[in-house]
Amino acid sequence: MIKRELVVIGGGSAGIAAAIAAYNNGCKDILLLEKDAELGGILLQCIHNGFGLHRFGEELSGPAYAEKWKDSLAQTSVDVRTSTTVIHLTSDKHITYVNPNEGYVTVEAGAIVLAVGCRERSRGAIATPGYRPSGVWTAGTAQKYINMQGYMVGKRVFILGSGDIGLIMARRMVLEGAKVLGVAEIMPYSNGLPRNIKQCLDDFDIPLYLSHTVTDIRGKARLNGITISKVDEKLTPIPGTEMDFDVDTLLLSVGLIPDTALLNEAGIKLHNKTKGATVNEHMETSIPGVFACGNGLHVHDLVDFVSMEGEEAGAAAAKYLRGELIRKEDSVIEAGNGISYVLPSYIDTEAMEESMEIKCRVTGNARNVKLTLKNGDKLIKEIKKLRVAPSEMEKIEVKKAEFGAAKGRFVLALEEL
Amino acid sequence: MGETTKTYTCIVCPRGCDVTATLNDKGDILSIEGNFCPRGEEYVRNELTHPMRQLTSTVIIKGGLYDRLPVILSSPIPKDRMMDVMKALDGVEVSSPISRGDVVISDVCGLGVDVVASRSM
Repeated sequence: MIKRELVVIGGGSAGIAAAIAAYNNGCKDILLLEKDAELGGILLQCIHNGFGLHRFGEELSGPAYAEKWKDSLAQTSVDVRTSTTVIHLTSDKHITYVNPNEGYVTVEAGAIVLAVGCRERSRGAIATPGYRPSGVWTAGTAQKYINMQGYMVGKRVFILGSGDIGLIMARRMVLEGAKVLGVAEIMPYSNGLPRNIKQCLDDFDIPLYLSHTVTDIRGKARLNGITISKVDEKLTPIPGTEMDFDVDTLLLSVGLIPDTALLNEAGIKLHNKTKGATVNEHMETSIPGVFACGNGLHVHDLVDFVSMEGEEAGAAAAKYLRGELIRKEDSVIEAGNGISYVLPSYIDTEAMEESMEIKCRVTGNARNVKLTLKNGDKLIKEIKKLRVAPSEMEKIEVKKAEFGAAKGRFVLALEEL
Repeated sequence: MGETTKTYTCIVCPRGCDVTATLNDKGDILSIEGNFCPRGEEYVRNELTHPMRQLTSTVIIKGGLYDRLPVILSSPIPKDRMMDVMKALDGVEVSSPISRGDVVISDVCGLGVDVVASRSM
């Protein structure tokens, strides 16, 4: 069996960054596996601008952001295999992949970085009623058809879900000549970035129906109409609030979910909220030497943070391979009041480095609040926030000195100021 | 005298500050508040006088890995000229190989802005 020091699975923004960081941290035997024909992942179809503001100080398109990273990768000796699909991952770090040149190959890895990305939730995932005509697409699929292959997917469009992909696609469809009749969001707030509400909906007078969802889909061969209804606090449609729209296309932007097919086979412990792996502060999963990052770990709002997380995972993998990733005792961090999830799930306050970054998302929009990290009654860290939103990931840096001797169970919560 | 306020969500970066401009009844800007950085103030001034937008789209590419090449503008254009530029991109065809930053249409619609390739292919 072929042996490699490090295998990175997934050549999108997280995987490229992980490979480069591992290389720069001394690991010189790296294999990067990508299922698509070229590196770049989902960035390649995200032709809009707004990527790279944190990383490069400029607003790039998705393909341009990917290209900059690919140029950096080309300066390393990382061994890249494209058109390569990983079909098996075992708990003892054996990876089986297939590609047209090598056929069926099994590799034994010293360490693995999982940068497998995420999938779109589909119509089945949200149990939308009605017929099953053509013309109902996930927003990302429509995006790939339009932006990479040049196929327009419809003329009169409605969008369910106000995540960023849905908002970006609303503008894209209008620019390409379609009529977008509206966006319905089941929650009372949008899950998209405020800037996307402004520049993708408001700029084009596209109405956003908050607390609304699609309650009927009509059409036999092709979609010819939908109905939306207002929902109550329990997200149940209210009879008598129906509104009909004559549309030939319905785009679904109803959330993303980490791709865990390989993780399940390897028996990696999953997080009940993010649906990705549970990790410690080194992005290490429940299998020592197997790391996870990017949207395959938890869904991000900015690619810059995906790259950063990839770098953390890659650097940690290199450290693991050098035998320097020492664990003493795992403490747990849990999501408290107002927090939907915290990452990492496990921390080692004794063996940790100088500082660690804790990431979280809040459950609702709020103003003038503080994020508090507590160990029992003891306050470890507190950060004031003018404004928080579920669509924006929060990051808190905690120093080793701030933890002191605290260990056991930590709770991150949102409190009023 | 009548003062009015207008609140804008700044689109300059993903932070998305809520920036409030106070205007007198002649439409003069009295104050701009709520922006985290100076670009937020500039954005709101532009929004009130001449809103500008970046625009990205695609053109046909022959001989490339895909059928479409993503393009971007060298700098933002007036918001109300976006559809004019989209029309100018209709039917434009380039051939592979092309490098990121290559000009696809120079001085598009006489706006003094170039349409450039946003990736190599």
